[in-house]
Amino acid sequence: MRITKLLGSAALALLPMAAPVLAQDAATELPPCDGCSDSMVIMSWGGAYQNSQLKAYVEPYQALTGITVTWDESSNEAIAKLRAAQEAGNMPYDLVDVEGPDSQRACDEGLAAEIDFDEALAPGSDGSSVEDDFGDSLINDCFVPQIYFSTTFGYRTDVAEWNGQTPDDICDIFDTATFPGKRSLQASPKKNLEWALVCDGVPADQVYDVLDTPEGVDRALAKLDTIKDDVIWWTAGAETPQLLADKEVVMGSTYNGRLFSVIAEEKQPVAMLWDYENFDFDGWIVPAGLDEARMNRVMHFLRFATDTQRLADQAKYIAYGPARASSQPLVSTHIDLGIEMAPFMPTNPDNMKNYLVNNIEWWSDHQDEVEAKFQAWLGQ
Amino acid sequence: MADATISGGLPQGRGAKTASPGGPMLAADGTPLRASLARSLRRQKMRALLLIAPLLLFILVTFVMPIGDMLFRSVENHIVADTLPRTVAALRDDPSEVPGEPVFRAMAEDLQVAVEEKTHTQLGTRLNYESSGMSSLLRGTGRDVKGMGEDVAKAVTGLDDAWEEPGTWVALLADPAWVQTQAEWAAADDKSPEPAFAASAAATERLPRTVEAYQAFAHVTQADDGDSVTEEEPWNLAYVALADDLRADPGAAEAFEGDNRARLDALSAAVADGTVPAVSYRDMFVESDDAWGEPGTWSVLRTFSSRFTPGYYLNAVDLKLGPNGIEMREPKDRIYLQLFVRTLVMSLVITGTCILLGYPIAFLLANLPERTANLLMILVLLPFWTSLLVRTSAWKVLLQQQGVINDILVWLGIVGDGNRLALINNQTGTIIAMTHILLPFMILPLYSVMKGIPKSYVRAAKSLGANDWTAFWRVYFPQSVPGIGAGSILCFILAIGYYITPELVGGTKGVFISNRIAYHISDSLNWGLAAALGTILLAVVMLLYWAYDRLVGIDNVKLGG
Repeated sequence: MRITKLLGSAALALLPMAAPVLAQDAATELPPCDGCSDSMVIMSWGGAYQNSQLKAYVEPYQALTGITVTWDESSNEAIAKLRAAQEAGNMPYDLVDVEGPDSQRACDEGLAAEIDFDEALAPGSDGSSVEDDFGDSLINDCFVPQIYFSTTFGYRTDVAEWNGQTPDDICDIFDTATFPGKRSLQASPKKNLEWALVCDGVPADQVYDVLDTPEGVDRALAKLDTIKDDVIWWTAGAETPQLLADKEVVMGSTYNGRLFSVIAEEKQPVAMLWDYENFDFDGWIVPAGLDEARMNRVMHFLRFATDTQRLADQAKYIAYGPARASSQPLVSTHIDLGIEMAPFMPTNPDNMKNYLVNNIEWWSDHQDEVEAKFQAWLGQ
Repeated sequence: MADATISGGLPQGRGAKTASPGGPMLAADGTPLRASLARSLRRQKMRALLLIAPLLLFILVTFVMPIGDMLFRSVENHIVADTLPRTVAALRDDPSEVPGEPVFRAMAEDLQVAVEEKTHTQLGTRLNYESSGMSSLLRGTGRDVKGMGEDVAKAVTGLDDAWEEPGTWVALLADPAWVQTQAEWAAADDKSPEPAFAASAAATERLPRTVEAYQAFAHVTQADDGDSVTEEEPWNLAYVALADDLRADPGAAEAFEGDNRARLDALSAAVADGTVPAVSYRDMFVESDDAWGEPGTWSVLRTFSSRFTPGYYLNAVDLKLGPNGIEMREPKDRIYLQLFVRTLVMSLVITGTCILLGYPIAFLLANLPERTANLLMILVLLPFWTSLLVRTSAWKVLLQQQGVINDILVWLGIVGDGNRLALINNQTGTIIAMTHILLPFMILPLYSVMKGIPKSYVRAAKSLGANDWTAFWRVYFPQSVPGIGAGSILCFILAIGYYITPELVGGTKGVFISNRIAYHISDSLNWGLAAALGTILLAVVMLLYWAYDRLVGIDNVKLGG
């Protein structure tokens, strides 16, 4: 039963024509929404990621229910916006897309509502419970995971100064002798400190133990100091792809889905350096204090938008792994390019020979301190 | 208009006196002229006020109020006193470096409430601005505080299961009148919150700590969670407080009757013989994190427990408020003074380059024949009308290492391919892009001033024997100075608060103080510091304006001929 179901869905997913069929399929299982508002304001990231959400589940949901959806593309400052809205006593957002650490912050500060996952979310299509299906991605009581992504490096494949060598080790980022040229790194301590420590000889599983010591952060910054003059710092995920395409940098970190666009869609001479990719989650939070009608609508949508098929559908538009284990077998090919998505997925075993997982608890505890330290270091 | 002429032109007091020595001068309708004038003046003022009312309202709402709010935010510091009210009060009575048990007990209660209300993380973030490490301290201990006193609670409930029942606590502590209202509320089955818990007089007198701890629990349960205290088991804190009360007052049971008395008697005995252990909050806090035993932690709490603080302003100029007064921050934490200086210096440089580049163009514009001048004017205005983002992005394309300018220089052989010029993501990039963007603000006022300088003056100078340079320098230039003044003020004040261009082309070395303000508004969420930095920036601009007025005189600034 289970296998036929999986095969069936996979076969359907291969055909662009299958979309209406799927929608009908879903219509039968979508319960009516009683006492729900007829519109939603969703905050997300804009760009290709928001488009994947739109195509995979927002448009299908609108087709089924006829509600209107307004997008607000400001997830990169979600916490500031949520806090301002809460202070003003007027919450304009119904659903907010954030990265894992931000969800932790929102949950800790009471900006996000706590959610009973078993009740709110659909069980896996293979019959697994919500808890088993989402597994480690359920990082706190407020966060409904959608995808996992990794922050990793891309490099240009046509750098003459490298004499035919290509970086295959994360520490090549710090090796400006063998691999001269500018690098782009995120203007944030997260992930950079971890990589710096790994390349300073710290075993990957002890990175956060070292960061926890008083001199740990200084040690990481000292390592980053060795390449500080060769770094262009980015704040938006689109910058590294642009800098790579413009030959402004020879290698740089960004989200793996962005690099997929550069390589597969833009066909730039860029390759991925998966070594020690750094995993993180992205998902939904519901602002605290919504009235009943809006809350009903949001929960109704969430149940639909995070079920097994919808999360698998999203991977047709962007190279991020669905957060549900039951969605993995349904991941197939890119909707337009027709190429297999699996090699571009951060969870592909070939890509995760070495990897780090962003320690959300450590970061939410130490974010304030380390961020202040890092910014002062950056400014000097 | 006639009224205006009279009031402006004729001082009415003297006019009335000379015209009528006998009585008050009368207007045509027989009322005294003075009153009639005053009325019409008042009417006129009202009319004028009504005319500007929309603008005034707009400015009040969009300008004055936000600035007021900003000023307020930069000194306001309610969060410590609001989140830790009991601790702040207890600290006042305890001057020792590391305070004693009462403060730790108050802290435990406050922190437990804060954790339930999820405010301890915000407090940690706030205090972390002043002392690194406070954020993780409060988050970590926030997780531990629920478990504090667990062995006491276990010992008490092990003694008698009844202590696990919420009803036992209500029966022991509640005011009979409250029990009555609570019962009515429960029967009515409405959705309003439960009536606020009130303790009986006997409990308040004989079990003061227990009542205090229970009140805190009741408040959170009722107001924040919307639950009923009759259905929730109190926090461990209440058990510890009860044990402490009975240790301090072993005979407290005598104030109660029936089951309450029996239970308290049993508990008193257990406390006395050590079945219920004595615990120290201080030890529990230090066990959670050593920092609680250090004077530094408490001096931060003490220093920032007041409702208003200069902390943000000190922070904004790389100072901090330590236990011994104001001191400099660690050298590696100092960034703001350097940024202020950089902002001022770079704004000056940008204004200077604007003058150098703008003056000849304005001169040309003012002196060329109309048709050519119009064409040139369009060239000046076209970028002025183009989106700021488009222009800045265009500069990115031009200036980057593989960009147009570097490509041309390499092609011409002026620089080698290996050492292309770094024109972007540094101060050079910011200066070039911002000079271009602010240039029209220099050219336009210069042009309108130059347009008003009669050509005959220079001709007269020349006919009197001056050469071209002398005629320009001694006659033309001095008359164009008001235009330079106006253009400089515009450019400088715009430059000093610029945000988007430095952000895009400035890298880390070419950013301004406004980029830091934006960072604190949207990323670090340190709105108090952002407000303080903004206020300082505003004050600096006003100070410079004042200095300019004193040195040059604002009357000498002309925005038009």
